[in-house]
Amino acid sequence: MIWDQNEQMASGDLAELQLDRLQKIVGRVATHVPFYRNKFKEDKFDPASLISLDDIRRLPFTTKQDLRNNYPYGMFAVPLRDVVRIHSSSGTTGMATVVGYTQNDIDTWSNLIARILTAAGVSTHDVIQIAFGYGLFTGGFGLHYGAEKLGASVIPISAGNTRRQIQIMQDFKTTALVCTPSYALKIADVMMDQGINPNGLSLKFGLFGAEPWSEKMRQEISERLGILATDNYGLSEVMGPGVAGECEHCNGLHVNEDHFLLEILDPATLEPVKPGEVGELVITTLIKEAFPVVRYRTRDLTRLLPEPCPCGRTFRRIERITGRTDDMLIIKGVNVFPTQIESILFDIEGTQPHYNLIIEREHNEDKVTVMIEVVESIFFDEMKKQRTMVDHIKKRLASELGVGVHVKLVEERSLERFNGKGARVIDRREL
Amino acid sequence: MRVEQIAVFLENKSGRLAEITSILAENNINIRALAVADTADFGILRLIVDKVDEAETALKEKGFTVGKTMVIAVEVPDRTGGLAEVLDCVQKIGLNVEYMYAFVNKTGENAVLIFRFDDMTRAINSLQENGFTILESSQVYNL
Repeated sequence: MIWDQNEQMASGDLAELQLDRLQKIVGRVATHVPFYRNKFKEDKFDPASLISLDDIRRLPFTTKQDLRNNYPYGMFAVPLRDVVRIHSSSGTTGMATVVGYTQNDIDTWSNLIARILTAAGVSTHDVIQIAFGYGLFTGGFGLHYGAEKLGASVIPISAGNTRRQIQIMQDFKTTALVCTPSYALKIADVMMDQGINPNGLSLKFGLFGAEPWSEKMRQEISERLGILATDNYGLSEVMGPGVAGECEHCNGLHVNEDHFLLEILDPATLEPVKPGEVGELVITTLIKEAFPVVRYRTRDLTRLLPEPCPCGRTFRRIERITGRTDDMLIIKGVNVFPTQIESILFDIEGTQPHYNLIIEREHNEDKVTVMIEVVESIFFDEMKKQRTMVDHIKKRLASELGVGVHVKLVEERSLERFNGKGARVIDRREL
Repeated sequence: MRVEQIAVFLENKSGRLAEITSILAENNINIRALAVADTADFGILRLIVDKVDEAETALKEKGFTVGKTMVIAVEVPDRTGGLAEVLDCVQKIGLNVEYMYAFVNKTGENAVLIFRFDDMTRAINSLQENGFTILESSQVYNL
């Protein structure tokens, strides 16, 4: 099944539509977003001179730092009275990014999610359990509205409490599961512990996103839960989930190209890579009203799969995200930057601490341990105070990162000294 | 009336305590009393030594995190009930003990109790008023 006819547009028509939309959006950001107005002026770029899709290469890039610098509402292209929804990434002031949606944006978003759900096999007859967090994170609400638009029966269970998830899955006869791929495996583990046979459930489809995974994980999920497991992709800065998703052929994610103009660039030269080569995904939103972005550097690495897909969709596919060009980590589906941890520790200790970040996957769950070298300012002769300090660090990190961490104090000079920030991270997860 | 104690942060891994005692030995520093408080992950070693500053410098040079704290040393006769009498008094006065440890001096006649209280001044005054002997730091370092 294909949700809407745009998904099968002829490439010429698509290009025409994209150019038309690109011209409009560039004109709009030039008028309504001071950040872009100033950038265009600096670059002596005249929006009226944009006459072909290739002209996009003359436009400036937008980075996460640009969004942070304009926290909270600086990048909005409409007044707040027209905004009906606000989402945000985790992090403190200076680290977080805020995005907004008009009613039209929400409708568009719902429609794009409906496309992705349909491509993954879900229909109006399905009972869909959304085990993404509901809140500032775009995953929960994004899938929710799309599933309602599609006409499926939505169970907005949100993340966590695995036993309850399974209970509801059994009682409500859930047919489609939405969560992170690692959480799907966690659910399978708990089912096994409880002696529940997944074949006795009604599950047929699983839509997974919000964190990197592998073909090996897909096979494991498919086999253990007996479902068609598809990948979907999005990021809040661009919209949230719904940017791209796999169809039943499970061979790359169709990008909703009528809404997002994609480029795959060499992150070093910022020139396009050769067709089919891996590069950084750069996205321009084509019709978003509240929060349009021009050439947003996602820092996600992927490549285009040029061959046509037997499903009949003409939108091009990208390969599953294979890595990042920056040091961002995805832990339990939450985006975490090591610099966030650094600034929190600095806050507590008053000095630049030496720390390592160790990420492991235990029983299909991410486990993060922050190893901190003890210095005099955080060392006490009383155990009670020392423990309180550890708890305090743990709580601060958990509340500001949005994900629970373990904290382990280690002796001074016992951690390896690395060059470069990203190298403080030891990621032992094998996907 | 107050005795300086050294506290050292220790990860729970083998050989760390031995390393500390070797460093002190190399520097001709004598350990008078020692106690370890530990959790699954780390420990805090508390030491009373004869040369506090030298010990601190030597350990820091070798990369240990070292803190100095004031404690008090109460001398009690080494007989049944000796410790109970002190703790009884501490409880009646309403002092909070953060931690304590004990050792017996060379002659074996007296035991020395090392205390860290939340309110050190009040502790010293109250214990003295109740007739307990609080040792001078020089007495403790040279026991």
